[in-house]
Amino acid sequence: MGFIILDRLSTERSLMAETTRVVVAKVGLDGHDRGAKIIARALRDAGMEVIYTGLHQTPEQIVETTIQEDADAIGVSILSGAHMTLVPRIIELLEENDAGDVLVFVGGTIPKDDIPKLKEAGVGEVFTPGTPTKKAVEYLQEAVAAS
Amino acid sequence: MDTEKKTAETEEKTARERWEEAYACREERDDIEFSTISEIPVKPLYTPEDVEGSYEEKLGYPGEYPYTRGIHPNMYRGRVWTIRQFAGFGSAKETNERFHYLLEQGQTGLSVAFDMPTLMGLDSDSEYSLGEVGVEGVAVDSLEDMEQLFEGIPLDKITTSMTINAPAHVLLAMYVVVGEKQGLSPEELGGTNQNDILKEYIAQKEWIFPVEPSMQVFKDMLVYATEHMPKWNTVSISGYHIREAGSNAVQELAFTLADGFAYVEAGIEAGLDVDDFAPRFSFFFNSHIDFFEEIAKFRAARRIWAREMKNRYGAKDERSLKLRFHTQTAGVSLMAQEPLNNVARTAFEALAAILGGTQSLHTNSFDEALALPTEEAVRVAVRTQQIAALETGVANTIDPLGGSYFVEALTDELERRAYEYFERIDEMGGVVKAIENGYQQGEIAEAAARYQREIEEQKRYIVNVNIHEPKDESDVETHRIDEEVSENQVNRLKELKERRDNEKVQECLQAIKDAAENGENTMYPTIEAVRAYATVQEICDAMKEVYGSYRETPVI
Repeated sequence: MGFIILDRLSTERSLMAETTRVVVAKVGLDGHDRGAKIIARALRDAGMEVIYTGLHQTPEQIVETTIQEDADAIGVSILSGAHMTLVPRIIELLEENDAGDVLVFVGGTIPKDDIPKLKEAGVGEVFTPGTPTKKAVEYLQEAVAAS
Repeated sequence: MDTEKKTAETEEKTARERWEEAYACREERDDIEFSTISEIPVKPLYTPEDVEGSYEEKLGYPGEYPYTRGIHPNMYRGRVWTIRQFAGFGSAKETNERFHYLLEQGQTGLSVAFDMPTLMGLDSDSEYSLGEVGVEGVAVDSLEDMEQLFEGIPLDKITTSMTINAPAHVLLAMYVVVGEKQGLSPEELGGTNQNDILKEYIAQKEWIFPVEPSMQVFKDMLVYATEHMPKWNTVSISGYHIREAGSNAVQELAFTLADGFAYVEAGIEAGLDVDDFAPRFSFFFNSHIDFFEEIAKFRAARRIWAREMKNRYGAKDERSLKLRFHTQTAGVSLMAQEPLNNVARTAFEALAAILGGTQSLHTNSFDEALALPTEEAVRVAVRTQQIAALETGVANTIDPLGGSYFVEALTDELERRAYEYFERIDEMGGVVKAIENGYQQGEIAEAAARYQREIEEQKRYIVNVNIHEPKDESDVETHRIDEEVSENQVNRLKELKERRDNEKVQECLQAIKDAAENGENTMYPTIEAVRAYATVQEICDAMKEVYGSYRETPVI
């Protein structure tokens, strides 16, 4: 599959406490991975277990990984402009596979007008360039606790 | 007499000592890091003591070794840099319209942005192209799109830069045939193809084949263009993407030049003499927000390249020693909040590139952290360059910062640190080995994480992001891609495939496969295939059968 898992050691911890498991995904042909890697690190540093998918994942592959890894959330990173097609597709596939409770959040070059549309499609939150990682981490911690 | 003199000496301080004492009595700001983005410490003051070596040895005159001050004797006094805005979206027809608009606004050269499918060697109807057609650049599937792209543009009068890497040979072939249809021979075509596959594995991540076969394709293009296209820049050895992916200025400088050396070696391996092809190597750097560091970087790049080409590779032609470069202002420095602030950022970055002696320049538009640029935004970007060229006077003298104690000290320091990286890469067995070990990728990820940490700890600032944050959100209208682009493109492809001579296409694809198998130059059969309206994906898929596909092991 080609993805890597950050800090597998925390699996033991997750048996004792509820460690949030997050998939950080690069969907489509977009190769901009700087932000995704930084978010992956930040989430790991915050005590979450992170599965980074690597590049060029189809929505199908991402959903498969999410289900396989029993993840609580998917952070989709996309800077190619193809978000309005690919992100709703991920959410659609999650629902089709009875994984509709997985939280989806998005990062990337997303025009303001598209943010409400993505949320309508089921995205929890959208983070644009310049967002401090702390904001994304806190959002995820609160959202997962609430679910 | 002696006692009097001694008393006078112990009481008299040097000017420097007086200043140091006075400085020590003053407050020094503690809210900011006094170092460049690349962690080079910055002193409060630079003096002649901070600069070593003679003028002749370290700087020289413009147009003469080591070219620190510029590669031409006259630089912008003869001709200002080319305004070359990267552009492309939607269909070839729409991008053609944007090209004409930019030329009307005073831009002097073209630069093509292709969409993600094209960049990855895929057609608009591939399952992997879902949602991606025409969205990040222009969709080009076949020669038909290329013809529309350059409609009304005389290829002997305008130079074009094509940002294309893994399938660069296909797009070059198309450009040659478009020229042919305009009645031009390949010799008359001027421009550049990026064709820098090594930095794809390191940073931009637009690949098809594994490293070695990709280097073979590079050699094929190099040999072809060296023979048939004397005005064509065979490669744009890039640091821009390495920087965008997270490297600092030292790494950008070192990894880019190291890639350059690898390409020189590839050309020599392909049986060419270094002076046959090195004159047509060009470079592409980032211009980031740390102003003086960027200027020093460009100057260090020129000096290092000249020295290594002369001493390491024995180049004799002075054109082999001259580092010619294009610059783009840093995309990663653009922020989504308060987008108009990006006009200022871009202007400062553009100024650094100009003071660094760039040959051509792309200035980002203020809305590019949100979407592809609107016409209005790109016009402001073009005007920024024109204001610099025509109003500020910075282009009226060559290398105006030459001799600045600070800039020369920084130039020397960047150079010194770059050589440390060259040594490390050499120890690893060269650039390709280093890439296979994930070395550059790891350095980049580390530098990106470090910079992010510094921002979050407020050791470095981004205005309106970690300081002076906006109270409310500002809104700009962004460019939208026509939703019908994908459907139209797919339909046109279908029609094309029905119209064309499919038998001929199959023959051509087989010829490409045979050339790849037998180690023959794949450019010639690619040109034939393109002429027969074979598509980008058909050609790349044929080559994939021989070469295989690349899979990345991610380094976080």
